[in-house]
Amino acid sequence: MESVFGRYRNISILVGVLFLQVLGLAVQVKRNTDNKPTRLLRVWTVSAVSPFEKAIVWVQSGSSHLWHDYLYLRGVRQENRDLKAQIERLRLQEVRLKEDAEQARRLQVLLGFKEQYISQTLAAQVIGSCGSAQSRCVYLDKGTKDGLSPDMAVITADGIVGKVLRTFSSTAQVLLIDDQTSGVGAILEKSRLQGILRGTASGDVVLEKVMSDEQVQPGENVLTSGGDLVFPKGMPVGTVVSVDKGSESFLNIRLKPAANLAKLEEVLVITKKESKTPALADTGSARAVDILAQRLPSVPQQPATDPNAPPPPTNNLKITPAPASPAGSATGTNNSTVTVKPSQGIAGPVKPGTGTGSGTASQPKTAAPGATPAGVQPALPKPATPSQANSSVPAAKTATSKSVNSNPTPGSEASPQKNVVNSAGSSQNPQVSPAQPVAPKPQPITPPSPSEDKPH
Amino acid sequence: MPITYTSQEQVEVYRFSIPVAIGISLLALFLQAFVPLRIGFFSVFDLPLLVVIFFALARRSPVSGLLTGAVIGLLQDALTHQPIGVFGIAKTVVGYGASSLGVKIDVENAASRFLVTLGFYIVHESVYFLIARVLVQLSLQWSWVHELTSALANAAMAVALFALLDRFKQRT
Repeated sequence: MESVFGRYRNISILVGVLFLQVLGLAVQVKRNTDNKPTRLLRVWTVSAVSPFEKAIVWVQSGSSHLWHDYLYLRGVRQENRDLKAQIERLRLQEVRLKEDAEQARRLQVLLGFKEQYISQTLAAQVIGSCGSAQSRCVYLDKGTKDGLSPDMAVITADGIVGKVLRTFSSTAQVLLIDDQTSGVGAILEKSRLQGILRGTASGDVVLEKVMSDEQVQPGENVLTSGGDLVFPKGMPVGTVVSVDKGSESFLNIRLKPAANLAKLEEVLVITKKESKTPALADTGSARAVDILAQRLPSVPQQPATDPNAPPPPTNNLKITPAPASPAGSATGTNNSTVTVKPSQGIAGPVKPGTGTGSGTASQPKTAAPGATPAGVQPALPKPATPSQANSSVPAAKTATSKSVNSNPTPGSEASPQKNVVNSAGSSQNPQVSPAQPVAPKPQPITPPSPSEDKPH
Repeated sequence: MPITYTSQEQVEVYRFSIPVAIGISLLALFLQAFVPLRIGFFSVFDLPLLVVIFFALARRSPVSGLLTGAVIGLLQDALTHQPIGVFGIAKTVVGYGASSLGVKIDVENAASRFLVTLGFYIVHESVYFLIARVLVQLSLQWSWVHELTSALANAAMAVALFALLDRFKQRT
């Protein structure tokens, strides 16, 4: 017997080692959970590898920070200007969307609809991957001691990334959406068809379980449906790249993920969600147009001056006499009412006393999008209605009309109506009083955010 | 240079110091987990597998080879989200096969190393897919084009890597 074992020693050991591993696999597959027997080995391995990954990421990010933030500053000023312009555009867009959101909330209240809110997120850095093409996951530099737990959604500004699969004390394993074992409830943005998002062996992302008789066009956006109870509803997932006839009467829809899964660096982990019915108090009485009006240039009170005096010279405006506007028009024809539309940004530099600045007086309904340089979006689509005049903010200050009621000073006289032509040559028909200078009313915008980003 | 059959007395058996053996294995695991984040195509390579093949060929001991393969494979499994043992079994088989082959043929030249790595990469992937689909019930898809391309890339990498790792060999 001993000689037989000696003769087949190598093959016996091979069979024994393989048998033990198969046995271990069978135990894991039967339990099908992240159980304790394998957790120890995972903890050891992750603990051995992750410190080096963290160290390299720390050195790399530190040197990158030093270079980009202190040494290589070429183009920063131009970028800063571009970003400021972008902020102005986004402010207008935000206000417009806020109005739509408020309306949606009011409807949700009527329907008793519960909505999920992201109430807390945690920024984390990607420090490593799973090291296998068949296992698409990454490791974060945050773990249980930072408040992470399994099944938390991981996102970037572009779209969803994956979900937390396992957590360790200072690291966490995230299963990416392009893994073959992942599954995300998704919905097509236009057609509202629902499906399940999965990864393939080649690393593609496909949307499954959409019937083949449905019409899906490439380029359509895909959002989370919220059905998986991991990702909040409505987060960007990706874009349809191709649509083919699949098997079993389902479409084979291939997507391009919105987030760049191959170049992940920083991510956000949604650590807290709230599911609640929007309260009526949330809708508030403040309308979007009112909020915007507070952020737009207004007309401060000025002492009365001689209305016949010639207007001071300006760079951008020509003031020409105009026929009288019809009484009771939407712009308001109060003697002390001016209609102002800024042309250089939303809060363009307006010199007190000049009465014009770079703003262009205009009539609201004739304001064309193209008449707003510097990329400023056109004003809100809904014009001011008479009912807005009764809002808490004076209607003359509402955003769309830009008709600013200047609270006439006692004793001031009506100014002659003028046609104001901006430098681009577009002529409008407001009434401008040269004695009523337009001054900026800077108010920093601090949009209320439902998520409280926890600094780290 | 062609692959030549040699007797067991003619082949040299090398050994490695324990720190070097552990360090190289952990470094391979670390690079495999870290570099693909920065260089996407690096995930094609399987550095732990190449290290297993190198140690097995150099030591020429089947028991040592299969144990090295089992340990490195299990550690690699521990980094993934899959059940532990899939890579372990595949690399155990490769370690045993490579060390058994190393006893019989000369694997000191680049051509033989290229061919040996090419063959064992296919063996590794075959065993991996077999275990993953049959035992673990993972829905993996086999693509010959992808596997052959990866095998060629790993074989080319092995030639360069083995030449580098030869510096750590110690004659017995």
